[in-house]
Amino acid sequence: MYTEISLENLRSSKLPHIWCPGCGNGIVLGAILRAIERSKIDKDKIVFVSGIGCAGRSSGYVNFNTLHTLHGRPLAFATGIKLANPELKVIVATGDGDLAAIGGNHFIHTAKRNIDMTVIVFNNFIYGMTGGQVSPTTPDGAYTTTTPYGEIEEPMDISYLAVASGATYVARETIASPFVLEKYILNGIIHKGFSLIEAVSSCVTEYGRRNNLEDPAAYIKWLKEKSMPYSKVNTLSIKDGIVVGEFVNEEKEEFTEKYYELLKKVKP
Amino acid sequence: MKELVISGNDAVAYGAIYAGCRFFAGYPITPSTDIAERMANLLPKNGGVFIQMEDELGSISAIIGASLAGKKAMTATSGPGFSLMQEGIGFASYSEIPVVVVDVQRVGPSTGIPTYPAQGDVMQARFGTHGSHPIIVVYPYSVQESYELIVEAFNLSEKYRTPVIFLSDEVIGHMREKVRLTQDLKVFERQKPTVPKEEYLPYDPNYDIPPFANFGEGYRFHITGLTHDETGFPTSNPVKAEALIERLHRKIYKNIDDIGRFETFYADDADYLIIAYGATARSAKDAVIELRNKGIKAGLLRPITIWPSLEKPIREIAEGKKVFVFEMNMGQYVLEVERIIKRNVEFFGKENGELITPEEMELCIQRSL
Repeated sequence: MYTEISLENLRSSKLPHIWCPGCGNGIVLGAILRAIERSKIDKDKIVFVSGIGCAGRSSGYVNFNTLHTLHGRPLAFATGIKLANPELKVIVATGDGDLAAIGGNHFIHTAKRNIDMTVIVFNNFIYGMTGGQVSPTTPDGAYTTTTPYGEIEEPMDISYLAVASGATYVARETIASPFVLEKYILNGIIHKGFSLIEAVSSCVTEYGRRNNLEDPAAYIKWLKEKSMPYSKVNTLSIKDGIVVGEFVNEEKEEFTEKYYELLKKVKP
Repeated sequence: MKELVISGNDAVAYGAIYAGCRFFAGYPITPSTDIAERMANLLPKNGGVFIQMEDELGSISAIIGASLAGKKAMTATSGPGFSLMQEGIGFASYSEIPVVVVDVQRVGPSTGIPTYPAQGDVMQARFGTHGSHPIIVVYPYSVQESYELIVEAFNLSEKYRTPVIFLSDEVIGHMREKVRLTQDLKVFERQKPTVPKEEYLPYDPNYDIPPFANFGEGYRFHITGLTHDETGFPTSNPVKAEALIERLHRKIYKNIDDIGRFETFYADDADYLIIAYGATARSAKDAVIELRNKGIKAGLLRPITIWPSLEKPIREIAEGKKVFVFEMNMGQYVLEVERIIKRNVEFFGKENGELITPEEMELCIQRSL
């Protein structure tokens, strides 16, 4: 079933967005907005939090309570918001640099707490906003402005780290399958606890042109070809492949609920 | 009214609860940790939230988020953590989100001497972040004043939509004194918008301090650390950027008389004026008494508001007097005093973990006679 993006959920006066032609981020944002529409949650109670970078700009375009935070810190801001007012539905848009590099510590600890929020990581393997530097998820051997002779570090697997850190819903999909991505985001929104959806996006301008993926359609095709369903490979992480699917979906006591239960016991 | 013998750090926690603080996020660091410990005990009893975060970057971010969701929020730290919090203080200043940051100073730079007092963060409290923004910084000199001044810190923060830095030091934080937990202090609540939701501007140019809606109340506004216009959305228009930075400064400096606090002690007829704050002001009071006993007309001006500067009171009170500045650093506030009174000032400072004693102060003044 196809869900239309309600124009009411977009701040049309702030469009067009700043993303480059051929960028995959619009596909991810579209999936987020359709998932929100399908979830039927009260729009006034949604707080859409983002960090710094290309993905971080998404908060300016959506018509909810929106917060564009500091580089790496969206999960810490989001923790304060959710704990201060548990009625609010917190959705975080972040990128591979924002979440896994400068925000890595907050990522691990927010997942560990299993606090109710939905995190969508726009993973495009690169620092796009600053002009194409290597990121924690840049594939081995890839060329960036700061790895002019090829990346020699192993890439970090964001979903794998989320699972290890205690996230209770983790899924990964690429922009080649936007409707599956949308379904995972919807599952994450419905899920009570810390949910993380890794949306593998594209960056033709900064990543593609240095790595033989300058054509946006070919880039998406490449993502599709590299995708391997989790149900078939039965392992979360594969070198040179993108394992896609739902990795974790478990019921576990949620942090905010636990905290407010504790208050009832302590209160004199 | 409850009377207790408690530490300055505990008094900060009790005062914060009285002021309506219902959210604390922090990370342990000597000599501020007992504030977090006390808040961990008090907040749940008062229906509030305490969370120990993974670091100081997370702590300052979490309290900003909590404030946006409608809670009065605080964190407490010391020098090394205060350095990490600067990015968040800049964010809260620029996007005008009320929070209170307590910095119980210890010897620095770097890890320094964690258990000994210093006053080396006076300039960091003012200029620690990048970019230009005013800030309100207050500093008590006793346990009783720690209780009352933290209430004032929350009031100023909510009233002026700004982070307020509450400086303390290892002596004030760990010293125990009798405190009256006064229950008749005024508590200021955030000014809420009254316009229809679709007309709300988070940075309404008709106000120096625009009314502030909470997230979740139906206003659906945008907050960013980018330069923004009255709608809250990013702009790189120099006219809009100018309007924002100008208003940020105006809202504080225009209200300096409302914000500024100080105490004088035998200052009126003094020939020799000591300017000292925090723990150093306690030594200074003893020095003034000793010098007066010897027939030397000494007096004290104790700034309670450190920033914005008490320009008018300092200029007026220092008029015709020889001025001495004592502080537990190698010369920070003295620069501001010299800037204000435009003449040389006698300075004595150290940051070796020792208090400046009354005897050292007397010696300084007697040598200059």
